[in-house]
Amino acid sequence: MKKFEYTITDPLGIHARPAGLLVKAVKALDSTVTIEKVGGKSAEAKKLMAVMGLGIKQGDTVAVTVEGGDEDASAAAVEKFFKENL
Amino acid sequence: MQVATGKSILNGIAIGPLRIYKKEETETTVTSGLTPEEEYTRFEAARVKAQEQLGELYDKALDEVGEENAAIFEIHQMMLEDEDYLDAVKSIIETQNATAEYATETTGENFSAAFAAMEDAYMRARAADVKDISRRVVNILSGREDADMLSDQPAILVADDLTPSETVQLDKTKLLGFITRHGSSNSHTAILARTMNIPALVGVDFSDDWDGKLAVIDGYNSCVYIEPAPELLTTMEEKRSNDLKQEALLQNLKKKPNVTLDGREIKVYANIGNAGDVGLVLQNDAQGIGLFRSEFIYLDSEDFPTEDQQFLLYKRVVETMAGKKVIIRTLDIGADKQAGYFGLDKEENPALGYRAIRICLTQKKIFKTQLRAILRAGAFGTVSIMFPMIISVREVRDAKEVLEECKAELRERGVAMGEVEIGIMIETPAAVMMADELAEEVEFFSLGTNDLTQYTLAIDRQNPKLDNFYDSHHPAVLRMIKHTVEAGHRHGCWVGICGELGADQTLTETFLRMGLDELSVSPAAILPLRKKIRGLDLSKEPET
Repeated sequence: MKKFEYTITDPLGIHARPAGLLVKAVKALDSTVTIEKVGGKSAEAKKLMAVMGLGIKQGDTVAVTVEGGDEDASAAAVEKFFKENL
Repeated sequence: MQVATGKSILNGIAIGPLRIYKKEETETTVTSGLTPEEEYTRFEAARVKAQEQLGELYDKALDEVGEENAAIFEIHQMMLEDEDYLDAVKSIIETQNATAEYATETTGENFSAAFAAMEDAYMRARAADVKDISRRVVNILSGREDADMLSDQPAILVADDLTPSETVQLDKTKLLGFITRHGSSNSHTAILARTMNIPALVGVDFSDDWDGKLAVIDGYNSCVYIEPAPELLTTMEEKRSNDLKQEALLQNLKKKPNVTLDGREIKVYANIGNAGDVGLVLQNDAQGIGLFRSEFIYLDSEDFPTEDQQFLLYKRVVETMAGKKVIIRTLDIGADKQAGYFGLDKEENPALGYRAIRICLTQKKIFKTQLRAILRAGAFGTVSIMFPMIISVREVRDAKEVLEECKAELRERGVAMGEVEIGIMIETPAAVMMADELAEEVEFFSLGTNDLTQYTLAIDRQNPKLDNFYDSHHPAVLRMIKHTVEAGHRHGCWVGICGELGADQTLTETFLRMGLDELSVSPAAILPLRKKIRGLDLSKEPET
């Protein structure tokens, strides 16, 4: 299991568009990716409405967990996605 | 006359009869006569059909309102693939022996209620999206089509709420404007209305007896007049006709090349001061961004913005411009325009002081953070870097060397970056005199005529007492521009203007004759300038 934390810089937070992109990116991986709003709910990253339902805003920190499959590659890909889009 | 207020979506005027639209409340059969498997197969078929429709809507929106705004229909498609959503539908069908219609409608309501209960206004607005997709599937299942929202006569549409797909599907030739009771100014529907240039008010408490009455939406004042007084109607008609003239100009010029009657082409780009201006750039159909003033990122910040923060902003602009050129000017900050955390000393003479490239080449860490962010954004479109306040060849070489260091660092980190074109601002008399040598170093010049004029004439722009001496058409300035164009062209550089003089129509012909390749002006000045260009004929003797 790999885990990293990331603080959202996008002014709109994880709004519909990046959530959609995230789901797309995660579906292409062979690992299970979970996003937890630190101190709040968590959701599987391939479920669009659940991810949007977390209501993650700018400045919120999320803990991302990657399990199964090629964890190193998946975690790196997801982390890169967060840095570039959120 | 009656007046009601709301939140305005667009500064425009709409005049016409009101038409109240009510969604049909349909009776949905709850219990199914089929097996759950058969019901789920029905749902699945309708869902696939809905996905196809959304794909078509996406294409339509892409064409009408651009990629960024069309994306909502891609999101809608993804919502219809959402596992939780599909599971919920399936479970209702199985456990309640329900029809696919009922299961979809109920699931839509449940998910929509969850969004509606969220703290964040943006997420609350997503409730409408979920309802929208569910209604689409139910309509397909029941073979029902929503009634035409508009009759044959053009009208101002009045509804409780409009979904993004309803908004895009409306026949624009019959839609004068719209008014909704619900909806927020940041709903997708509002964004679409803005992009499609339709006057609209949301949050208006209307009454059913408005139907058929003449009304005026005054988007400038966020209100609607029902059965307006004659004098008011005349004023509003005048305002409307002015707006229409501007709009007609836009439609006329959209996608047309900027060529003179005798076939000389010149590029017209836009100057922007923050990422939000990109909408205006696209609306006015600029061919690119000729000056992206990156200062705002620093001025809006409490501390030095990080590489990632800058990268995200640049990337957003670059992506939205979709392959069109974006020229990012590196930090141009000085004692007269500074963020507190820079800690710059007060200066007697800030225009001649420690500013722009002088800060960047002294405090390289700040410079490199920005350059890396720009290089990374370059991977997402067409990006150029422009260095300000250059006076010597050495500065350009030093800046290029720092840029090379940044490329090496990114390469080592394995981060994607794009090819970027390199250019400089020509805004000092020194740069003009050195233009031949400088042109050997870069790919383009952009004349910053505001500073060039004040440095050439030795006139402080801020001092009103000097207005009588200031002449923006001073022959010395025009000769400087001519010299720069000639020197640039001798060495294969393209040359543009990004100062206010670029929008001065009395000089457009002169600039074209000088051979300038590009003019970058504020978004509002683009259309008038393009019209001017398309009316010039350089084969004729210049008018004097």
